[in-house]
Amino acid sequence: MSVSAQTDIAAVKERNRALIQEVLEVYPEKTAKRRAKHLNVHEEGKSDCGVKSNIKSIPGVMTIRGCAYAGSKGVVWGPIKDMIHISHGPVGCGQYSWAARRNYYIGTTGIDTFVTMQFTSDFQEKDIVFGGDKKLAKIMDEIEQLFPLNKGITVQSECPIGLIGDDIEAVSKAKSKEYGGKTIVPVRCEGFRGVSQSLGHHIANDAVRDWVFDKMGDKPAAFEQTPYDVAIIGDYNIGGDAWSSRILLEEMGLRVVAQWSGDGSIAELEATPKAKLNVLHCYRSMNYISRHMEEKYGIPWVEYNFFGPSKIEESLRKIASFFDDKIKEGAEAVIAKYKPLMEAVIAKYKPRLEGKKVMLYVGGLRPRHVIGAYEDLGMEVVGTGYEFGHNDDYQRTAQHDVKDGTLIYDDVTGYEFEKFVEKIQPDLVGSGIKEKYVFQKMGVPFRQMHSWDYSGPYHGYDGFAIFARDMDMAINAPVWKMAPTPWKQEPEEYAIAAE
Amino acid sequence: MPQNANQVLDHFELFRGPEYQDMLARKKAEFENHVGDDKVAEVREWAKTEEYKDLNFAREALTINPAKACQPLGAVFVAVGFEQTIPFVHGSQGCVAYYRSHFSRHFKEPTSCVSSSMTEDAAVFGGLNNMIDGLANTYSMYKPKMIAVSTTCMAEVIGDDLNAFIKTAKEKGSVPAEYDVPFAHTPAFVGSHVTGYDNAMKGVLEHFWDGKAGTVDKLVRVPNGKINFLGGFDGYTVGNLREIKRIFDLMKVEYTILGDTSDVWDTPTDGEFRMYDGGTTLEDAANAVHARATISMQEYCTEKTLPWIAGHGQETVAFNHPVGVEGTDRFIMEVARLAGVEIPDELARERGRLVDAIADSNAHIHGKKFAIYGDPDLCYGLAQFLMELGAEPTHVLATNGNKAWEKKMQALFDSSPFGTNCKVYPGKDLWHMRSLLFTDPVDFLIGNTYGKYLERDTGTPLIRIGFPIFDRHHKHRYPVWGYQGGLNVLVTILDRIFEHIDATTNVPSKTDYSYDIIR
Repeated sequence: MSVSAQTDIAAVKERNRALIQEVLEVYPEKTAKRRAKHLNVHEEGKSDCGVKSNIKSIPGVMTIRGCAYAGSKGVVWGPIKDMIHISHGPVGCGQYSWAARRNYYIGTTGIDTFVTMQFTSDFQEKDIVFGGDKKLAKIMDEIEQLFPLNKGITVQSECPIGLIGDDIEAVSKAKSKEYGGKTIVPVRCEGFRGVSQSLGHHIANDAVRDWVFDKMGDKPAAFEQTPYDVAIIGDYNIGGDAWSSRILLEEMGLRVVAQWSGDGSIAELEATPKAKLNVLHCYRSMNYISRHMEEKYGIPWVEYNFFGPSKIEESLRKIASFFDDKIKEGAEAVIAKYKPLMEAVIAKYKPRLEGKKVMLYVGGLRPRHVIGAYEDLGMEVVGTGYEFGHNDDYQRTAQHDVKDGTLIYDDVTGYEFEKFVEKIQPDLVGSGIKEKYVFQKMGVPFRQMHSWDYSGPYHGYDGFAIFARDMDMAINAPVWKMAPTPWKQEPEEYAIAAE
Repeated sequence: MPQNANQVLDHFELFRGPEYQDMLARKKAEFENHVGDDKVAEVREWAKTEEYKDLNFAREALTINPAKACQPLGAVFVAVGFEQTIPFVHGSQGCVAYYRSHFSRHFKEPTSCVSSSMTEDAAVFGGLNNMIDGLANTYSMYKPKMIAVSTTCMAEVIGDDLNAFIKTAKEKGSVPAEYDVPFAHTPAFVGSHVTGYDNAMKGVLEHFWDGKAGTVDKLVRVPNGKINFLGGFDGYTVGNLREIKRIFDLMKVEYTILGDTSDVWDTPTDGEFRMYDGGTTLEDAANAVHARATISMQEYCTEKTLPWIAGHGQETVAFNHPVGVEGTDRFIMEVARLAGVEIPDELARERGRLVDAIADSNAHIHGKKFAIYGDPDLCYGLAQFLMELGAEPTHVLATNGNKAWEKKMQALFDSSPFGTNCKVYPGKDLWHMRSLLFTDPVDFLIGNTYGKYLERDTGTPLIRIGFPIFDRHHKHRYPVWGYQGGLNVLVTILDRIFEHIDATTNVPSKTDYSYDIIR
């Protein structure tokens, strides 16, 4: 019998605590002490999850985290479609992140949009020795010549840039001037900065503030303003997420003036300070710019969650509460419109998924935001953790999302995650590409919860139907029954982690 | 409302309905400050011209859509091919997340690799403490038999000295003094992933053969009759190495595969995760010094390793990713010569079957023009095979190809009438290739997954051969080496050609007279 079938909370907590002690035993003493602070069993009523977070990863443990460059180029800036983002430094960073994040967009790639291209300065030894500023300037000239419809350039710094003392700001300023005030944004997102992707988000947000907002000054809005103008902040349009969200906001009577940054454009970035409300999905990666716009332009922001009908309903009402009755009624109309669809989806999939246990390990908002969607399908999240969360993420998680006794693991190591899954034997693991095949080998159903496993969208009502279908096809695929070899003695546990 | 619980629409169809199309059109019209479709069409056409091509080829600083990765990727490739070995990459941790993702997306397999997770303080003070802690943690947690260290560009820029760091870490007790920690400096700003393969492979062999960084005596070579085999950085490593082993066994050759990744990137789904599986044993890696000869399947992956091995008294032979009849002939005959064995009749029959298949099918390939891009050796092997098939490898491009490769490719073209109008492009990228496909079109393009963008933009049908292949599954399980491998490549090319013919002859009453049932 699966250990997770235990319903007694006290027993679950005890098991989870024992499990934490067990995984810590593998480490040298100093490491065990450090890792202990990142692992906990959630206690109901606590204001946070009781783990330390946003701290340096420990060398050699196989952290799943990425770097600041990944946070800036890969997450925040990369999807802005009509700008050209230079991966500035050696070839690898841009190559490995090339078109890998499925930030959908509409445009003629290579002509007026550039998201799924890899522009790099491809640093050679001489660039390291003599500096890359001249090369960078020349790159900008070549971009202007070959891609005349580009609306701006960003310089996404890779590790060497900050180490060799290049002045990318000076180059950017000079070239901006030369090209008639063109938006050129130097971003100091070298991979060694900070402890994860997270600082890259922050640096990228600050770069928008300093090099887009501050540059445009008091320019009037380029569009006709209405009292219902909102901007979607922190949706990267993975598999079309922002589109299946936008349609709901429009249906309730709002006007979406900008998308940050999935399918976004520089014009939309510049339009945002004229919005009436910023609606923030990925708090982790874009709270900084939302706070800035609140302080500088007086634009309120509101967090929302478009995973699963319960959270969508709650979020639509929360967003509507910032507006007049017309919008409030619009929100109710949207909820009513999609109710039959949601009932049909749940009627179809809940019987197949009810009671199934899920363990998550993801980045951004998902370790907490998707819990409601699983619960809408009768599933239970028994473990979750953030790749690069901060304390405010764990506070939100503890206060709104996780249940008593949930296993919490911050910046989990490969070893810990495998052991946790081996012992808890969940019915589904939701994590990333690096984890996917580990757990599938163990015979555990898996969905990538960064890329939606090449499916999606998962946001909004349309997305929930896809989410439900995908979770069903992962868990109820016939393949998992075939994993054990029939003529071999039945093992006590199916999911065996590497020793 | 397009969505439906009974037939769930995902991104493939959901957004094509009027609700979303309308929404997207309004977004563009009202908020994107779009330049207008006419202007886009104008620039799009201009980008197809000779004028644009000239500007494109005049580029000196900007690289667009390169077909190469960086050195540490190759080092990780090498490390996972040794028994119970963990690649340990010293430098920023994000790099390791990238390598692991990249390999997993290609092989659809886990790739275990650790980082020393250096951050700002390490940038200032050096990464020694990261090495000390990192080795201790990896050793305790994952119980590897060997930890193979390489570097990211960060560690290289600040000048961390791996030899000294590993020595110090051992003194501090991170791992036992006699524990195997081979290393290689793999700066990302020199060469590419094939260079990283070269440096890392040399690093491992140097460790075992030349006295483990001065801690033991160098091995004294006592020649035996064995053959060492180096596959090079190879996206088909799983299928290829299994095929090579089968061929060697058929030939009764005693051999050592150096860096055997065929099991670790092809583990079963049976309820157990194998972090390690197969691989060259450390004992075999050490004993490889005694071999009679070493074969490299990819000359440009072993530019340093092979001469270094030759310096140890072995005969060395390099190939350029042989594909097809003549390339495989030369490979088989060299193996037989080096090992002093007869070539079994079974291989002659396999050869005959490949020739038979070519005879059956070459009419569909003969005279067709191809563009090829990829790693230098793969380009060479494929170009050679295409010319055997009577095709013309019109454009052959390797972003990581050097001058020596250029010369060698040209010599290959010069060796055959089918090479007369062919040109080699070292150091160019896929944006250059885009221009070539517009100004000097070909019938088919051969390349990795990223070639699909060229297929979309230029209409040149793509045949996926190379690394990485992300959007087709399981290709790496099938060999491209040996006569069987040649057959696989032939079928891959033919399938795409036939699909293309069918897709362009299927309009009823217009073109479907050619929609033949027999081809």
